[in-house]
Amino acid sequence: MQLLEPRANPSKLMRWAAPPLAIMLTLLAAAAIFVLLGKPPLQAFHVFFIEPLQDANGWSELLLKASPLILIAQGLALGFRARIYNIGAEGQFLMGAICASGVAIYTDGMTSAWILPAMVVAGAIGGGLWGALPAWLKTHYNAEETLTTLMLTYVASYLLSWLVGGPWRDPGGTNFPQSILFSEPAMFAPLFEGLRVNSSVFITVIAVPLFWLFVSKSFMAYQLAVGGEAPAAARYAGFSARRTVWVSLIVSGVTAGIAGASEAAGPVGQLTLSLSPGYGFAAIIVAWVGRLHPIGIVLSGLLLALIYIGGDAAQVSMQLPSAISWLFQGMLLFFLLGADAFVDFRLKRRRAKPRLKDHVNDEEGRA
Amino acid sequence: MIEDLIPILATTLAAATPLIFAGLGELVTEKSGVINLGVEGMMLVGAIAGFAAALQWGVAGGILAGALAGALVALPFCFLTLSLGANQPATGLALTISGIGLSAFIGQFYVSQSLPGLQPYAIPLLASIPLIGPVFFAQSAVVYLSYVAFVLVAWMLARTRWGLILRAVGESPEAAHAIGYSVIGIRYAATCFGGAMAGIAGAYLSTVYTPLWVQNMTAGRGWIAVALVVFATWKPSRLMLGAYLFGGMTILQLHAQGLGVELPSQLLAAVPYVATILVLVLISRDRKVLRLNLPASLGKPYISGG
Repeated sequence: MQLLEPRANPSKLMRWAAPPLAIMLTLLAAAAIFVLLGKPPLQAFHVFFIEPLQDANGWSELLLKASPLILIAQGLALGFRARIYNIGAEGQFLMGAICASGVAIYTDGMTSAWILPAMVVAGAIGGGLWGALPAWLKTHYNAEETLTTLMLTYVASYLLSWLVGGPWRDPGGTNFPQSILFSEPAMFAPLFEGLRVNSSVFITVIAVPLFWLFVSKSFMAYQLAVGGEAPAAARYAGFSARRTVWVSLIVSGVTAGIAGASEAAGPVGQLTLSLSPGYGFAAIIVAWVGRLHPIGIVLSGLLLALIYIGGDAAQVSMQLPSAISWLFQGMLLFFLLGADAFVDFRLKRRRAKPRLKDHVNDEEGRA
Repeated sequence: MIEDLIPILATTLAAATPLIFAGLGELVTEKSGVINLGVEGMMLVGAIAGFAAALQWGVAGGILAGALAGALVALPFCFLTLSLGANQPATGLALTISGIGLSAFIGQFYVSQSLPGLQPYAIPLLASIPLIGPVFFAQSAVVYLSYVAFVLVAWMLARTRWGLILRAVGESPEAAHAIGYSVIGIRYAATCFGGAMAGIAGAYLSTVYTPLWVQNMTAGRGWIAVALVVFATWKPSRLMLGAYLFGGMTILQLHAQGLGVELPSQLLAAVPYVATILVLVLISRDRKVLRLNLPASLGKPYISGG
């Protein structure tokens, strides 16, 4: 059953209308789920999307969650444009958190202004190396990066579980698998008294215009995009496919690593098993919904952060499981990919009457 | 010494079974030219559906429900990628993310419940063959089903008209369309078959292997199954070999401390994932082997002109 036919030219309108359309469809589907669960949908939407933003704390949480999502998604989008599918940002995030925590744990008790910057650098290196590994495997051994980045995510999470359960476990604490609480020099300072949002959001604030400049102005970003859109043309022009792989994976690894470092040195304040709320995976959706565009990603990052917070709120006040926010994220991506089809294709129009010259093919058509 | 190995080998087979089902399913899907990265999600949905059904109707009902649920959740993937021509890797990823959410969501109602599991059944005569008997023929019925699935898939692909058509669609959809086969219809069927097999794999985990429902209980097995298809260079017999290799690795990891390996358990648990990367590297480095066996239209959307 074929529903579509190619458009003569890709639709500009659909390209920008697809995300809002996907959001609306997700809301409709969500409403249907709420009704099935016997919860009034309007009240549920209120809990999900309005209540979290009614006080300063809600806005603080929104920024706190949107910041890592946006940062990771900026890095991922660079690779996705070049058709390098790093789906293991979660692992790079964890490695960033691990390396940053290592710095915090071994400098515990010292007071230097350099500890926090060192942690961020360590996080960037950890995440960057965890991205470089699949790049090496791809360029030297042709190993598919989708699978290797994902496998390395599991490796990172077991490494984390070993560290917090063994060598880095808080010696003074209970038997919980977690490290010591970081001291003040190893933490991002809160921006406002009593709220959790901290100065790490400035990293994202600086990164967004940098990415925008890089994507819209640099020759290298152009090479990356050509490599993704038209590999043959890129080869002909002499653009290095290997470099595309290395740059895509290392940049996305570095951004995820920094986000991991900020999470450990921010709201969590220690290394724990449950350090990541799945930002590495959610950022994939953020990148896609944001049209792989630096500014679009900011908007979609805020939206996904709201879904996260709404999920938590719905769990508390409506006894809905927080897993529901994963379901919404998946549906959002589904609907977006569906709406995206209409950028290059349009619905096939039914022909009113078969014309004579089409008679030969027509048996199939009428069946 | 050999006698000591028997229980290890027997549990290896049990651990390999979900990989066999999910891997064979994905193999058939990919042979038709579709790459579905949603295996992990379909397995999870199969696992929770199987668990819920098994509480009512026993393991057989659970496996059946798992298959049905897996095929059902493959449908939106089919619609997007086949009818609308959406990007296959991205849509597969959306399927996995949705599957994680959906299964966790339904699973919350079943967290503290447990199932009796399934007793192994020794096949008369066969089970008394030394070594091979107790390893291969004193298993649970679902493990036997995995042998049947292998034989059927291998035979269908290599020896039947259906297999030929499926391969034709994967190698050259234009040619298959020109002869009059419905490329899209066949790809729908192959992808739903892959979903059903992933669902069985999940249901086996939750009703026989564990037998409990735990959130995210597949722990990456769906992704390993996708990697195994590459490792197998799209050949069912090599897929079996790979699945047993990985089953063995999972089990050895449990016995490692007894065997005197001094590594901490968390690091041993990472071994199957590292091994997956290694086999991918070993097989992918030879581009020629990969190119010769890769279904030529894999991952490319097909929109017919007529």
